[in-house]
Amino acid sequence: MGSAVTQPPLSGSGKGALELDGIIKRYGDERVVDAVSATIRPGEFFSLLGPSGSGKTTTLMMIAGFVAPDGGAIRVDGADLTHVPPQRRGLGMVFQNYAIFPHLNVFENVAFPLRARHVAEAELRQRVTGALELVRLDRFAQRFARQLSGGQQQRVAIARAIVFHPSIVLMDEPLGALDKNLRYEMQVEIKDIQQRLGMTVVYVTHDQEEAMNMSDRIAIMNRGRIEQLGPPGEIYEHPTNEFVARFLGEANVIEGTLETVARDEALLRMRDGTALRARLGRNATPGRAASLFVRPEKLAFGAGGDGNTVTGTVRRRSFLGSMIRTVIEVGSGTHLTVDLANLGDGGGPEVGASVSVCWPVAHSMILLD
Amino acid sequence: MPPRDSPPKRNMLNRSALLMLPAFVMLAIVFLVPLGWFFAQTLFVNTDPTGLWSQITDVLTSRAMLQAIITTNWISLVVTATVLLMGYPIAYYLANRNGLRFTLVVFCIVVPYFTSIIVRTYSWMVLLGRTGLINHALQSAGMIDSPLPLLYNKTSIVIGMTYVLLPYMVLTLFAAMKSIDRNLLLAARGMGASGPMIFWRVYLPLSLHGVISGALIVFILSIGFFITPALMGGPSDVMVAMLIERSVEITLDWTSASVMSLFLLAVTLVLYAIYYRVTDVRRLMGA
Repeated sequence: MGSAVTQPPLSGSGKGALELDGIIKRYGDERVVDAVSATIRPGEFFSLLGPSGSGKTTTLMMIAGFVAPDGGAIRVDGADLTHVPPQRRGLGMVFQNYAIFPHLNVFENVAFPLRARHVAEAELRQRVTGALELVRLDRFAQRFARQLSGGQQQRVAIARAIVFHPSIVLMDEPLGALDKNLRYEMQVEIKDIQQRLGMTVVYVTHDQEEAMNMSDRIAIMNRGRIEQLGPPGEIYEHPTNEFVARFLGEANVIEGTLETVARDEALLRMRDGTALRARLGRNATPGRAASLFVRPEKLAFGAGGDGNTVTGTVRRRSFLGSMIRTVIEVGSGTHLTVDLANLGDGGGPEVGASVSVCWPVAHSMILLD
Repeated sequence: MPPRDSPPKRNMLNRSALLMLPAFVMLAIVFLVPLGWFFAQTLFVNTDPTGLWSQITDVLTSRAMLQAIITTNWISLVVTATVLLMGYPIAYYLANRNGLRFTLVVFCIVVPYFTSIIVRTYSWMVLLGRTGLINHALQSAGMIDSPLPLLYNKTSIVIGMTYVLLPYMVLTLFAAMKSIDRNLLLAARGMGASGPMIFWRVYLPLSLHGVISGALIVFILSIGFFITPALMGGPSDVMVAMLIERSVEITLDWTSASVMSLFLLAVTLVLYAIYYRVTDVRRLMGA
């Protein structure tokens, strides 16, 4: 088979808009999904990111139709699918443990959705071959799942999810079982396929790096709610609360009291009396408790001109390969983490040293919880 | 990448094998030794060794034996098919339920399993006999004039044996169905498959090893069945085990009984070898 039989790109078709309108799921008294709303655009790579028990998988299962919502609506391209059974939703799905049929070979696994749609044999062969070429498994068509590695099984699951050209593909922690190196490789591959086919992907993961690497937008979920929704860079740099700040990457959070509030900047007084300035996302009244957020890699050693400066003692140093992490105790029991790129120069002060740490005001935010 | 999982080799010569010693000794004393002694006595001591082969062929090709083999096979096949058709839906129900309904159905399946076969067979005779419950009820209702011949024919044998053997099939199928990954069924549904397609293309193939194991175990048990066909069958419904019993008890022809027993044992062992190949016995036992 030549490369003539590849998938026709769907990009630009404008299909695959998904709207979640306040969907709710209760188990007993607990709302495991609590009025989740999101508008996912055609061709978008959208991730639901959160710790286990945050409701992300339940949300995905409601989109797939395996779990019936207790409230709200799910719409695809304007059509209400809330009460449509899963087999008539026409969505592609990649399961956490691949769910490859053990009694069917790779070809028949990938052909399954087409057989369900009564696609004619000639077209079926062409489409399956095309999907297998896309995931580079065309040589393995006659194998069975038990004869494949984890990464290859994953590719079968992807080929099976895209072979019938769904405009939306749902993926439930598809890389959870793979080791770290293979994971990154597969992330690139999935992203590449998604862009080539122009399909909408809703991706559930608890791995923040994975979500940031692949997503156009991320919804951070916690206790059944979306805490924040936006592009990875925006959420990383401007988290709206402490949960998001701590969940997506490392975060320094310094507690204190708001002293003065200007238009988009505020002054926070630490408990030991040090004054720190930071950006302010929304209105707040002076005098209330608040915290300041800054990423470890934004900190530097030394006193820094018009930015924030604190002094403290080095408590711990860890070598992390590409960077060196230093933990500093700054008055009143607050610890700050400083990440320096490993430039081969020893990477900052030794344990026990007294140091100053500084960072630009623009890189810190006031969090109100 | 090469496929991984090769099961770890079991070392049977370790000390825990000693735990099986009492059972093995018991089995040897009450089963293997008497059986060997019986075969040796009847075939080599009491029989002229030169005529042994012709004696064997005579017994196995006798009209009575051929008729019994045909009857045994036919009844066993019908029983196996009936048990399978009845057991599959029950096992499916059990595999997809839990709580009270599960417990109730398991109770109904397992309690007869622990009840004496004779008791169960007699209770069918009470139901099916000329003056039994069914005939009595039908006559009282005026639906029939004379009693239906429900007992002492092949149908009654099949009914009785089906009832006795049903638990073996249900429990075997249940184990196979429980091991089916539910995600595969969800995946099939998510890919657009209808209910019948999921059953024929996914569920049935994945439960097929249970069907084969269950059918083999029921067939193996059927071909050696004695009590139920002896009590519920008619004069012409003679199965191999009954023919053996007649040789021992009535005609006192122990050599023929011995040859027929060996034949039945050989067939059973061959079928069991097949059963062992298809069924991962260790997995059935939860290992």
